[in-house]
Amino acid sequence: MNKILLIIQREYLTRVKKKSFIVMTIVGPVLMAAMIILPVFLASWSEATEKRIAVLDETGWFFEKFQDEDNIKFYHVFEGLEEEKNQALNLKGDLLLYIPLPELNIPVNAELFSSKQPGLNVTSYIKSIMKQTVENKKLLASGIDPEIIKSAKVDINLVSIKVDEGGIEKKSNTEVEVGLSIFAGIMIYFFIFMFGAQVLKGVIEEKSNRIVEVIISSVKPFQLMMGKIVGIALVGLTQFMLWIVLTLIIVGIVQVMFISGDSSTLEMMGTQSAMMGQVNDGGSQMDPMMMITETLGSVNFMVMTLSFIFYFLGGYLLYASLFAAIGGAVDNDADTQQFMLPVSIPLILAVAMSGVIINQPDSSLAFWMSMIPFTSPITMMMRIPFGVPVWEILLSMGLLVAGFIFSTWVAGKIYKTGILMYGKKISYGVIWKWLTAR
Amino acid sequence: MTLQANHISKSFDNHKALDDVTIQVPEQSIFGLLGPNGAGKTTLIRIINMIAVKDQGEILLNGKPMQPSDASQIGYLPEERGLYKKMKVGEQAVYLARLKGMSKHDATVKLKHWFGKFEMDSWWNRKVEELSKGMQQKVQFIVTVLHQPRLLIFDEPFSGFDPINVNLLKAEIINLKNEGSTIIFSTHNMASVEEICDQITLIHQSKNILSGEINDIKQRYKTQTYEVEYKSSKALMLPEGLCHIISTQPKNNHLVTQVKLSDNATSNLLLQHLIQQAEILKFQEVLPSLNDIFIREVSPK
Repeated sequence: MNKILLIIQREYLTRVKKKSFIVMTIVGPVLMAAMIILPVFLASWSEATEKRIAVLDETGWFFEKFQDEDNIKFYHVFEGLEEEKNQALNLKGDLLLYIPLPELNIPVNAELFSSKQPGLNVTSYIKSIMKQTVENKKLLASGIDPEIIKSAKVDINLVSIKVDEGGIEKKSNTEVEVGLSIFAGIMIYFFIFMFGAQVLKGVIEEKSNRIVEVIISSVKPFQLMMGKIVGIALVGLTQFMLWIVLTLIIVGIVQVMFISGDSSTLEMMGTQSAMMGQVNDGGSQMDPMMMITETLGSVNFMVMTLSFIFYFLGGYLLYASLFAAIGGAVDNDADTQQFMLPVSIPLILAVAMSGVIINQPDSSLAFWMSMIPFTSPITMMMRIPFGVPVWEILLSMGLLVAGFIFSTWVAGKIYKTGILMYGKKISYGVIWKWLTAR
Repeated sequence: MTLQANHISKSFDNHKALDDVTIQVPEQSIFGLLGPNGAGKTTLIRIINMIAVKDQGEILLNGKPMQPSDASQIGYLPEERGLYKKMKVGEQAVYLARLKGMSKHDATVKLKHWFGKFEMDSWWNRKVEELSKGMQQKVQFIVTVLHQPRLLIFDEPFSGFDPINVNLLKAEIINLKNEGSTIIFSTHNMASVEEICDQITLIHQSKNILSGEINDIKQRYKTQTYEVEYKSSKALMLPEGLCHIISTQPKNNHLVTQVKLSDNATSNLLLQHLIQQAEILKFQEVLPSLNDIFIREVSPK
């Protein structure tokens, strides 16, 4: 036992001291913080730059129809296309919207010239105005007053409310849950692969270095394997914790330094989602930011974090032991691929099915994928934000524990035999023989 | 510490790696385990180290069956050996010593002592990958003997060393024996075996084909060959029935002749003839070298 601690200690310390670990620990939170902060900044930044658009309307249908927005200003021009293009783009640095005379009698085509990418909000705004104008004209032509249509339109605001067993109602916003769900699933996948690959690399290093025989004359192969797996798991947990803490610190600092107080951040986020078209201009709905905060409140973060750590560890132990077995069995990288692929397929499958799982988190496919240990870490993490009955989580956790105990046992057998085997072509048949050997 | 491996057999798939091999290593001796490549030496060594599991037979340490806890009494330098390339030399040596059950403090003190003895103090904080192969081997040798095991097993210890370091290591191995260790020594290098081993076992095609003390074995394999060095201007003339002359070569104004006696002849009889023909400077029996015995036993008949 003492020796296994020594091995864990070595595996942990050599990795944590590596430059790549330190770089990842710093770069990770910076990226994550950027993901949180950047949209807010972009929103405030894109508001600041004003776009001016020259409209060359040959049809005359849209005169005075384009109303100025906060950061989009329109003005009409009347000369020839080439001349105006030169004028607007090269001399003034503006954009030019060209609406040619239609071939039929309804103008449906237009061209937007710009020296830079015009941006989605600009094009969608122009499109919506043109669509509305043409539709109104057509309605008028067939004798219908557009005002009637307008007054007949309603906006439906659907708030889905989750009722749990105790009858307590929680407002839920599927978009937020989808975001969390995808994030958790991808993180688990990423962590299992990243640290599983480190186990594989470590085992191959020991085998090709030929240090393994020196070591297993003092410790059992199983101790060496478990020491490595546990040591690297601790590296993973350390990195995860550091990421969370550092991300919170960075976001906090940025908020204090650049954005005066929480309220304005929320305001900007609100504006941002308004711009993204999540709310209509009805004005009767709830503030979207309020909705997001409320939904985030309805997700139990304690459960999320704890189950993330559990499923990371469980999934990692399952896959890392298999990776260790592969590393012990093979001699070179080319052979590694042959065995890596079948082992990683369930993981990749779990990620590939994420769309289906998120659409129907309670389907029987989702249920079974969150029970089978090979896919459960990812699939269950994707389901948890939507709410999963406690017995399902417990059953899935139990199966995962059984799964990794079994896989560790299998891996131990393969590893023990393979680690001292050099220059032998390894096939599935050979591995089966090792497994069934005494 | 004495080691007995009795009737050891081991099979892999459909290949028998060891077939009823018995070796007996006396206390405080150097035991040579010889054999061509693939004979099964490494398998036997791995079984003694409890790295591999035997199919049949028993291993006795000091007359008692070996226990897993005996691992700390054994020092093993494998033929295929390496170190973690990215780790620092000192750190790594301490780690390997602690795996053998030494305390951190003990390991550090003893390592510093050995590093001083081998004049490699300045390597302590260097990464292993910066060292040459020979330097790495020295580190491995130190790590093997550091915990003062009662039984030492060296598999091809001299490969990759220059002659100066080979001598250094030989001296250390003999030193370890004198301090009380029992040493098993596996190699192809027959010259070094003759120099330092007390007993040998020759394994060929998974079987033990020859064991015993080196001198006994040589006596067993002697071929009644004698070498005569004498002053004379012409070659010897010896009766046909007595012996036949293998070779005659000049050496520093003298001649050296090797003769092989016939079955019923004796060396005294030969000497009587020689004295009459030339002034004898040297007369000695030629014992076969271990190399000759090895080749004779192992080459296909």
